[in-house]
Amino acid sequence: MSKANVICRCEEIEIDEIRKWINYGCTDFEELKRILRVSMGPCQGRGCRDIIMREIAKATGKPVGELRISTIRPPVKPIKTMLLADED
Amino acid sequence: MTIKTADVIIVGGGVHGAATAYELAKAGVKTVLFEQMYLGFGGSGRCAAGLRQHFGTEVNLRMAKYNLQVLPTLEEELDTGMKLEFTQWGYMWVAYADSVLAQLQKNVNLQRSLDIPSVMLTPAEIHERWPYLNLDGIVGAAFCGEDGHINPQTMTLSYGYAAKRLGATIRNYTPVAKLLAENGKIKGVVTENGEEWHAPKVLLCAGAWSTPLAKTVGVDLPVYPERHNCLITEPVEVFECPMVLCLDDGAYFKQCPNGTFLLGRDDQDEPHTVDAGNSAKFLEGVTTSVLKRIPALKGVRVVHQWSGAYDNTPDHNAIIDWAPVEGLLLDCGWSGHGFQFGPSGGRVCKELLMGEKPFVDLHRFRLSRFAEGDLFFEPAFI
Repeated sequence: MSKANVICRCEEIEIDEIRKWINYGCTDFEELKRILRVSMGPCQGRGCRDIIMREIAKATGKPVGELRISTIRPPVKPIKTMLLADED
Repeated sequence: MTIKTADVIIVGGGVHGAATAYELAKAGVKTVLFEQMYLGFGGSGRCAAGLRQHFGTEVNLRMAKYNLQVLPTLEEELDTGMKLEFTQWGYMWVAYADSVLAQLQKNVNLQRSLDIPSVMLTPAEIHERWPYLNLDGIVGAAFCGEDGHINPQTMTLSYGYAAKRLGATIRNYTPVAKLLAENGKIKGVVTENGEEWHAPKVLLCAGAWSTPLAKTVGVDLPVYPERHNCLITEPVEVFECPMVLCLDDGAYFKQCPNGTFLLGRDDQDEPHTVDAGNSAKFLEGVTTSVLKRIPALKGVRVVHQWSGAYDNTPDHNAIIDWAPVEGLLLDCGWSGHGFQFGPSGGRVCKELLMGEKPFVDLHRFRLSRFAEGDLFFEPAFI
């Protein structure tokens, strides 16, 4: 069966899966990230982070601005290893 | 102010703290764990996710063997729905000098005497088995095919979630400000938000953060932080590349079960700090070194880099011992190989806290060895 509502396209995580973990009590984005790999893929969370933060806000009743977001790690965009390596 | 109580207070939500909380909760002990951020925020969640039975000391090998007994079924046992990604694609220590090879041979001899199936490999054998590796200049390697990988973040979280399910209290984002002791006995902790908790036993397992906390009850620990860096690439086709650790410049790489590659490299100039930070110098150094050994990764993209602190001791071995303050148990100073000892660390801490006999002899991990000058060097550390 094809997936219906994919929120994290890098890891193919559907909204239902995210809601399942939030309902289970996992309302910290840092934990969701580590359990589901959301925002750990090549898009660095550009596609999924805001949607997931809104889901957490809905479940906890806290505005998005009061929620913790996860650390955003460099590089900002994926870079080929050969461009980083010193070839001499 | 209301003072709350527990049977055991655990300070530090790395894998050792979480695994101990799980073991204690399973035994019906009222346990509360304090973590300054979230489970796995420190060294546990930042490590290179390696599992190995390549050590050069007997007690570490006995504990490593126990870890490997537990890990294949741990996902089922903890039953939290998280995937632990346990895989056994092997772990190789590659020597570029005869003296290094001789030490690896000694380690392997000890491993084999304990029924660990490690082997020594020649450069030709390595080339035949992994033709994509370019290990020019090597003199040989030690390899164990049972070793491999487990997801450090889901493993730590899973222990914590399972502990919670069994009744333990896990307090994230609650840093401990100080330990409390009275008349030479531990009394409890005070958190930074002003809560006071009392318990007859406290486990301090806060990695390099243990040192300033132990100091609050007058205990000096020779444990200091040292920053290490890693990076992860985008996923590529899975070809089960084992962990390859190059003992010339400390570079290492392996494929993870989802196809990504994890790369790292030692750097003596990294700061001795618990503050995570990132350096462009690491990216250049590690890619330059690793691409020489596995040129196939040239076109693969780096997705993330991060860093984390080792909790080093002068002999690169852990401290698992009762502190001079009665009731205060120490489990820290793992010097870079602590994560994989979560199962055995959790077990021995639970045994000590419940007054049982630990399943291995922990004498070599005692704190007093530093004052006595009887150091316990681990020859196989990275």
